[in-house]
Amino acid sequence: MHGELTDTEIISRVLRGEQQLFAALVERYQNYVFTLVLRFTDNREDAEELSQDIFVKAYRSLADFRGESKFSTWLYTIVRTSCITFLRKKKLETTSIDNEKTFVQLENRESGFKANQVEIKSRQAMVNQAIALLSPDDAQIITLFYKGEQTLEEIGAIIGAEPNTVKVKLHRARQRLKDKMEKYFSHEVREIQGD
Amino acid sequence: MPEEMDKWPELYTNTSTQNVMSEQQNIESRLWDYIDGVSNAEEKSAIEKLIESNLEWQRTYRELLETHQLMTSSELDAPSMRFTKNVMEEIAKYHVAPATSSYINKKIIWGVAAFFIIMIVGFLVYSFGQLNWANSNSSNIVSPNLDKLNWGKFLNNSYTNIFIMINVVLGLMLLDMYLTRKKKLLKKDF
Repeated sequence: MHGELTDTEIISRVLRGEQQLFAALVERYQNYVFTLVLRFTDNREDAEELSQDIFVKAYRSLADFRGESKFSTWLYTIVRTSCITFLRKKKLETTSIDNEKTFVQLENRESGFKANQVEIKSRQAMVNQAIALLSPDDAQIITLFYKGEQTLEEIGAIIGAEPNTVKVKLHRARQRLKDKMEKYFSHEVREIQGD
Repeated sequence: MPEEMDKWPELYTNTSTQNVMSEQQNIESRLWDYIDGVSNAEEKSAIEKLIESNLEWQRTYRELLETHQLMTSSELDAPSMRFTKNVMEEIAKYHVAPATSSYINKKIIWGVAAFFIIMIVGFLVYSFGQLNWANSNSSNIVSPNLDKLNWGKFLNNSYTNIFIMINVVLGLMLLDMYLTRKKKLLKKDF
């Protein structure tokens, strides 16, 4: 219904009082936001609740969106800060893969995941499972770049880093993903290569 | 000496392994830039030539391209069907908050900045005024005279009074603004 309207047009109309139009923005970005949040929470219920809070926050601070960046970039900044606050509340460590707690967490995720390997039916499911094995930071950067349609500069604005730093982080994240796929999905990858 | 010589092959092997690793990383980094489309035209054509002529580059390129294609083909997760409805029900309870720029008065920020700048400049002027430039020599131009600074006088004279006065004026300005805003809100309510 509102497919033809741009984000900026929707925002200016919402700010003029057409609250119901905000639903168009929610529908447009809910999958992106939910996927990004899921990289942090690793739990669908928490991810859904947090995504809902993010859209409410975005609505409430919509007047602060000055149109200097894409709406998606602005929205993902809210996603990131909300996810970090959520993790802090849950007392989980978010940053480095070298971090002991994250490592233990990843180990647990990996061991639990091995049992599910037989359930992998598609290429997409395999990639999603492999991304889920990465640290939240790596998973987030890959999702923003490949699925969030964000450039290196825009990702830099979201995570508060220089584009060159983002480039290095992205290279490392992709390398880790490649390693995970080689370790856990070598058979499936060979099948795909044989297609 | 002979012991060190025994370690040479090992050291050489480690250095050589490190070189090979960094070379591989360099190849991957350049290839990722090429795949992502961020290489410039010159770099792009150089990489294309390398992919065509060099087996190692060709193999790495194929590997990275597969990873890239897999990531591009990954799907987004979707929340429950009721998600949009839930969000809209929740936001119905709220109004869009006024833009931050509308309630943060820039004049106050500039006023506070000006106050601190005036304080620092005043302090520097007073400190330099205490220095006896005529008696100082090149080696100890600052330290001996700084010892002669009369801190007690500095804290008890007109500088302290000026400092307190500026703070009182700023405090009264803030109180006035607060009361004016409160008055406006009360008028709106009635």
